[in-house]
Amino acid sequence: MSAAAATNRDMPSLYGTAGSLRSERRWALIWAYISLIFSAIILLTPPVYMLITSLKTSAEIADQKGNPWIVRNPTLDNYWELITNSLFQGFFINSVIVTVVVVALTMVISILAAFALARMRFWGSQVLATGVFLTYLVPDTLLFIPLYQIVGGLGLLNSIWGLVLVYPTLTVPFCTWIMIGYFASIPKELDEAALIDGATWPQMLMKIFIPVALPGIIAATIFAFTVSWAAFVYPTAFITTPDQMPLTIGVVSQLVRGDVFVWGQITAGALLAALPPVIVYAFLMDYYIAGLTAGATKG
Amino acid sequence: MAQVSLRKIVKAYEGGVQAVKGIDLEINDHEFVVLVGPSGCGKSTTLRMIAGLEEITSGDIAIGGTVVNDIPPRDRDIAMVFQNYALYPHMSVYDNMAFGLMLRKFPKAEIDRRVTEAARILDITPLLERKPKALSGGQRQRVAMGRAIVRDPKVFLFDEPLSNLDAKLRVQMRTEIKKVHQTVNTTTVYVTHDQVEAMTLADRVVVMNHGIIEQVGPPQELYHHPATKFVAGFIGSPSMNFIPARLEQASGALRLHLPHDIVLDVPAARTARYQPHAGKDVLFGIRPEHLTDDKLTDKSNTAPVTLKPEVIEPMGMETLVHFKLNGTEVSARLDPATPAAVGAPLSLIAHMDQMHLIDPTSDKVL
Repeated sequence: MSAAAATNRDMPSLYGTAGSLRSERRWALIWAYISLIFSAIILLTPPVYMLITSLKTSAEIADQKGNPWIVRNPTLDNYWELITNSLFQGFFINSVIVTVVVVALTMVISILAAFALARMRFWGSQVLATGVFLTYLVPDTLLFIPLYQIVGGLGLLNSIWGLVLVYPTLTVPFCTWIMIGYFASIPKELDEAALIDGATWPQMLMKIFIPVALPGIIAATIFAFTVSWAAFVYPTAFITTPDQMPLTIGVVSQLVRGDVFVWGQITAGALLAALPPVIVYAFLMDYYIAGLTAGATKG
Repeated sequence: MAQVSLRKIVKAYEGGVQAVKGIDLEINDHEFVVLVGPSGCGKSTTLRMIAGLEEITSGDIAIGGTVVNDIPPRDRDIAMVFQNYALYPHMSVYDNMAFGLMLRKFPKAEIDRRVTEAARILDITPLLERKPKALSGGQRQRVAMGRAIVRDPKVFLFDEPLSNLDAKLRVQMRTEIKKVHQTVNTTTVYVTHDQVEAMTLADRVVVMNHGIIEQVGPPQELYHHPATKFVAGFIGSPSMNFIPARLEQASGALRLHLPHDIVLDVPAARTARYQPHAGKDVLFGIRPEHLTDDKLTDKSNTAPVTLKPEVIEPMGMETLVHFKLNGTEVSARLDPATPAAVGAPLSLIAHMDQMHLIDPTSDKVL
């Protein structure tokens, strides 16, 4: 203690540095707030404008006079009409079915794949792990043309099951990648202890890896959920009959009648469609962040 | 009923690096054997081969008379304690200990009896409901040991179990491990790089270096009769002094000529043993505790040495004094009352009945 105090007395300049560090930190915070507020405005303006529009009557939306950011006669009619519209209900149910099945499929495939790639040393496992990630880099805007041939060949065009088949090409690689990182962060001794305790590989996965890697699994699940709920390119390409459409394309294709845009219902529909991901994120955000950063910090 | 036999065990990695180069070792039933050596000597690899976590390149490992080369770890009836504890973080202490028994489909009552008993032995009964993250390092290590004890295996394997603990706790847990072994009496193979742990715990110590066994023996034997320069230097702290010397014949007796014209008489009892090496360059090995103050009354088999201290380290119960003899570091463990001062000549005596001579070419103790 006394030695440290003596050092400080001999080097008064240290105090000067500390003062400037504090002011540097203050400037960093100021800039952080400025840029965060700026990006929040940019990101939040469209949904807020949609919310305002969805609360207006069609007449009010068409009215060019007055401030478009103010609702003069707020109404929930747009929402009510949508919720009672059997077509919209169908879109919603289609989205739920596709998403639930895709998420389940994705998690089964990617957990098994990641466990094998992260833990079972076999010839080519490293190359395979990189290959899995590389497939994720091919954009769906490029893939939908050959996939159209495949889905068509299987007779699954205009069917939600065609979507169930192709969405995993988007979700599985990334989820596998997240899970490989998470499994790799689990100490090797843990599986060795389980092996010696008498666990088989499947038991080790079910009783040790899945419970320990739960934050990573939740992160991957949220990702798979978001991708399949919000997918747009594939349903646009593969689905043309309204009764098989998911929300994303149903709202924009069926609520436009000829050249009449029912803006109130379109915005209300889009907001309703965005509700499930918002709820999921709100409850599981902490797990999502923990899962995505685990590999990075634990190495 | 579980002796462990290693016969001509070789472990070679891809690229031809040999971690273990054909070792033979017989571990008796109920015996506590410690594998000790510097990092990279092959001790952990050997342990992991016994556990079945590493494949054997060639040779045989038998546990209780059965060759287990191709038997997976879960069927070898062994339990292992890891350096980083390897507790299952999502399970309570109770479940951590019960996991192995549950997988083996033991009846619930039997699991409960064993876990309770192990918790009692290890004094962790109040912790049974806690998760590992709510435990201290020492408590975690106890749980890891508990997980091994409940299995009642043929062999316990310990892989540097105390390395992650602080110095004080390490000493405490060392005693604890010895106590547990005296209670359950299971054949134990214990790996450490700490020679003090090896000496205090082992019935027999196996000193390994560069993938081979340098010497096997009870702790006292390794201390008093090391077979090689490596063992002589590895066992004991601070380590043995090695001073280049020349063994000369002097009218029926042998004398050691050290640098700085120091001449030491070899005890008569050793004459016959060292006679063939007369006239040769040797390494004179003497432990720091065998260089003492010359105020002793009994000076039989001692020889006077005068050295100038370079560094003095008072430790309380003893004082470590370091010298330099023609470039060779020499240290002595002296009584704290010894009036040592840096640079001032200090008269010491070497206890020649504790001396060792080492052949500098083969590094074998003569």
